[in-house]
Amino acid sequence: MSQNILEVKNLKVNVEETEILHGVNLSVGANETHVIMGPNGAGKSTLGYAVMGSPRYEITDGKVIFDGKDITGVSTDKIAKAGMFLSFQIPVEVPGITLANFIKSALEQKTGQRVRYFDFKDKLENAMNILHMDPSYATRDLNVGFSGGEKKKTEILQLLMLEPRLAILDETDSGLDVDAARTVSEGIEAYKKNVGGALLIITHSTRILEALKVDVTHILADGCIVDEGDGSLVDYINQNGFEKYLTAGCR
Amino acid sequence: MKEKTQVNDINRSMYDFRYEEKDAYTVDQGLTPEIVEQISKEKKDPQWMHDFRLKSLDIYNQLSVPDWGPSIDGLDMRNIVTYVRPNTTMKGKWNEVPDDIKNTFERLGIPQAERESLAGVGAQYDSELVYHNIKKEVSDQGVVYEGIEDALRGPYSEMIREHFMKLVPPRDHKFAALHGAVWSGGSFVYVPPGVSVEIPLQSYFRLNAPGSGQFEHTLIIVDEGAYLHFIEGCSAPKYNVANLHAGCVELYVGKNASLRYSTIENWSKNMYNLNTKRARVEEGGKVEWISGSFGSHVSYLYPMSVLAGKGARSEFTGVTFAGKGQNLDTGCKIIHAAPETSSYVNTRSISKDGGISTFRSAVVINKNAVGSKSSVSCESLMVDDISRSDTIPAMDIRTAKADVGHEAKIGRISDETLFYLMSRGLSEEESRALIVSGFADNVSKELPLEYAVEMNNLIRMEMKGTMA
Repeated sequence: MSQNILEVKNLKVNVEETEILHGVNLSVGANETHVIMGPNGAGKSTLGYAVMGSPRYEITDGKVIFDGKDITGVSTDKIAKAGMFLSFQIPVEVPGITLANFIKSALEQKTGQRVRYFDFKDKLENAMNILHMDPSYATRDLNVGFSGGEKKKTEILQLLMLEPRLAILDETDSGLDVDAARTVSEGIEAYKKNVGGALLIITHSTRILEALKVDVTHILADGCIVDEGDGSLVDYINQNGFEKYLTAGCR
Repeated sequence: MKEKTQVNDINRSMYDFRYEEKDAYTVDQGLTPEIVEQISKEKKDPQWMHDFRLKSLDIYNQLSVPDWGPSIDGLDMRNIVTYVRPNTTMKGKWNEVPDDIKNTFERLGIPQAERESLAGVGAQYDSELVYHNIKKEVSDQGVVYEGIEDALRGPYSEMIREHFMKLVPPRDHKFAALHGAVWSGGSFVYVPPGVSVEIPLQSYFRLNAPGSGQFEHTLIIVDEGAYLHFIEGCSAPKYNVANLHAGCVELYVGKNASLRYSTIENWSKNMYNLNTKRARVEEGGKVEWISGSFGSHVSYLYPMSVLAGKGARSEFTGVTFAGKGQNLDTGCKIIHAAPETSSYVNTRSISKDGGISTFRSAVVINKNAVGSKSSVSCESLMVDDISRSDTIPAMDIRTAKADVGHEAKIGRISDETLFYLMSRGLSEEESRALIVSGFADNVSKELPLEYAVEMNNLIRMEMKGTMA
């Protein structure tokens, strides 16, 4: 019986007729923290979007198994309800719904029940405190006019509130200043601590990893996984870059 | 709120009536002076109004039906003529009201008492109590808020006479003339100089059967330095077998005064909505139109502002939703007739399921309107590939010393936004509905909360309706 929350088997993904991923294999255990690193254009975000079921990313071969169930080709909303979360690199602005109401709706979709207002309000307040977010953001339209940093915090706020079993974080620290990066990092730690879900962190900088215990590091280059290691691989990359992988073959 | 008892025995005679008239019809096809006389007598019009109605009928017979814009072939003038007769026995029956109307009432949570009134079948919806309370509150400030028919016979009769159909003269177009002849019901509001009315006045509380609002006349006069917010209409659909809405709204904004006029119209999908709305703004005054147009089969709707005094301003914020079988031709017209006037138009239109939405704007800047500014922006959202959205801007600028701009954008529901919402567990249908109601936020954020919520519910319902 597999303990893995996620298994990606020989995944091939096209974007607009071009094959971007050429057969990716990876497994994530239920409470583990994985990191995917790689040079620009390697296909890291593609992997995140494809696993999440984005219709723009066409899975031409292989499978995605989430919590023991084959979710290849399943629609995004069902994948989300099953307990997967994707934190966007560039979060979308959605006028007409406030941040609070949006999170409340998402929670209701997930649990299938009405959310009790007072419980929700307290929980939201706590989560916003952890992220040093001004409470007024709760009543602002989702991401509308938010700075890049605030948008990223909103993603992590949703992570804390929705408590997914697996969270894919796509370039979460890009565009963040030192303080914001630290705050986001603290948010991720809080998620680990309170929920204990699995993390799949897509990044090419490692600031936010500093306080996390990384279980497995995957190097993605040219559309496939070219190396795997533990947390020390992150340090190696920090010192040496991706040079050695640029001509390596797929695993 | 009490509900007056229905008068059931009238229903039968509706059929009798038809048989009777069948022969008479061939002789008496149109709107006759006799019918207009009857109307006038029934309403106990003062002499001047009686004459006015007859004159309008004359003009109506002279003018021809407009031949630009959507076809109004489906307009059944017979029904309409029958309908406007006093003591009309043409009241619908609840079980004849189309199912989709009833479903909408259900889904919007409209109380039963109101449904019948909205559907043109009920007897009076008695909201008199609420209406009277509001009246009392503002009358202490000297504000007059009355049914226009009653006001015609009171101390404000002369004031009404001076203003009635001066902004929209019967000669303007055929349906203005029709309105002039058969108009019925509506609100009269007068705000004295310097008075700021803190609570919005809402005409919803004056819903009266039969088929209220179809030939309604709204006359609002805001005197110097005063402020008023007036809200008309509601999201719940209004239905009647007599399928014409030829209302008229006239807004007079005095020097340095300010009027905000909000309206949500949702006529049932058999209706032809040929409403005419105009505002005249004096020096330093401002008129704000907030407008949500839903429903109706065909709509010709172009609120117009005349900026008559120096520094006058008009702001128009609107959203139009054209669904299946709808052809909504809406827009905005502004006449800059004085120096340093300014206008701002921000409209959004949504079309879906083959609906057609056309935005026509006309900005006229007279020679003397030196230093004027106008900015028109129209954004369209097409929900699918079979719907249609057009923008037809017109600008007539007669001085070089004016600043005029027009911007138009057309888009579809963003895939990225859809994916983002779905990635939080919202279904595709939910997500689309959310995106579209968010698109209408230029209007919803200007409305009082309960109207905004209603409008959002209506949009979401429209979005989900045909996807089931």
